[in-house]
Amino acid sequence: MRKLLNTLYVTLSDAYLARDGENVVVRSGDEERFRVPIHNLEGIITFGYTGASPALMGLCAERGVALSFLTEHGRFLARVTGGVSGNVLLRRKQYRMADDEDASLAIAGHMVTGKIANARTVLQRGLRDHEGRIRGEVVQKAVNSLAGILREIPGAGSLNRLRGMEGDAAKIYFEAIDELILEQKETFYMRGRSRRPPLDCFNALLSFLYTLLAHDVEAALETVGLDPSVGFLHRDRPGRASLALDVMEELRPYLAERMALSLINRRQVDSKSFYQKENGAVYMDAEARKTVLTAWQKRKAEEITHPFLGEKVPIGLIPYVQSLLLARYLRGDLDGYPPFVWR
Amino acid sequence: MMVLITYDVDTTDSAGQKRLRQIAKQCVNYGQRVQKSVFECLLDPEQYVQLRHRLEQIMDPETDSIRFYMLGTNWKKRVDHVGAHSSYDPEGPMII
Repeated sequence: MRKLLNTLYVTLSDAYLARDGENVVVRSGDEERFRVPIHNLEGIITFGYTGASPALMGLCAERGVALSFLTEHGRFLARVTGGVSGNVLLRRKQYRMADDEDASLAIAGHMVTGKIANARTVLQRGLRDHEGRIRGEVVQKAVNSLAGILREIPGAGSLNRLRGMEGDAAKIYFEAIDELILEQKETFYMRGRSRRPPLDCFNALLSFLYTLLAHDVEAALETVGLDPSVGFLHRDRPGRASLALDVMEELRPYLAERMALSLINRRQVDSKSFYQKENGAVYMDAEARKTVLTAWQKRKAEEITHPFLGEKVPIGLIPYVQSLLLARYLRGDLDGYPPFVWR
Repeated sequence: MMVLITYDVDTTDSAGQKRLRQIAKQCVNYGQRVQKSVFECLLDPEQYVQLRHRLEQIMDPETDSIRFYMLGTNWKKRVDHVGAHSSYDPEGPMII
């Protein structure tokens, strides 16, 4: 199994990233702020309009270190990738299957099943852990509806029908997740998902976590030789990493939504962590972003037993394991794509 | 695993000074400088062999010495720091 390496987050607004030998050097003004050997890293994420030297970009591409640039609010701007690598036969297979409605439906169906199953588990956990503190009947109703949708998925018949089911499930799930916010209800609530821009604190927090997850999933797909932009559930669109979005679906409830809930319920973020722009967009401040990044990194280092492999893996490697399983399925080594289903 | 590397290089002549610079440079490439000639390097076994080979190529065994201390994966229990110039944890959250 691969080792989970570290991710470097650069949140200094005036930082510049450079290469010195095998080191990544972060400079701010004339001062050197940080230095780390590239082989300790598997990703670099920068916030704000920081710069990086071409030499560093080259080093990252050569070593397979994912380098992403985000705005200071965490919106994705650009990613540096090296030459197209990996297995061309695998990629061709991926394109052929993406063009084939039935083949896409088979994969996408598994992914949506994973997503809804995990969403349902998040709600069930809430029911079990916070009995008496939440309106159990509301959550229980959502759990039952999701189970109903899960049963219908195998008979979806078409991708559009499947997308519709996924949308219905998301709506039910997000309405119920509001019940699992136990603390600071005046600041954090879920009345439907809003993005670009997020219009409330909970959506802002979710968007930020999704961006972090997207970076990891894209990097993982590249590592196993798949093309992150050709998806099965999500349609192709220039500049969109559709396959990364596909694989993210099943990971979101377990990795992002649960983390958002625990950050709120443990009061690690509060109303002071957010500010609103004139257009209604809500963003997190620098301090809160650091809190979230720290929690995210710690979470990634925790280990769980992977339900399909039966092997202990750090949570941060789940995107990689799922990419690997997807590649094996596309190659024909597995009979179906096993989504990550949290137990 | 964490490997602690310390060295002593004879710098009485300019060749020795050159060796010192080259050895330091290799160590910086692989790890963190925690004191002037002390490095903490988080390496996998392959990287360890690589680094060790490079250092052996540079050093002069007649006059210089290099020591490798294997601190393993549980290294955090074995390191305590007092005083100035604290280091970062290469496995902890890295947020700047």
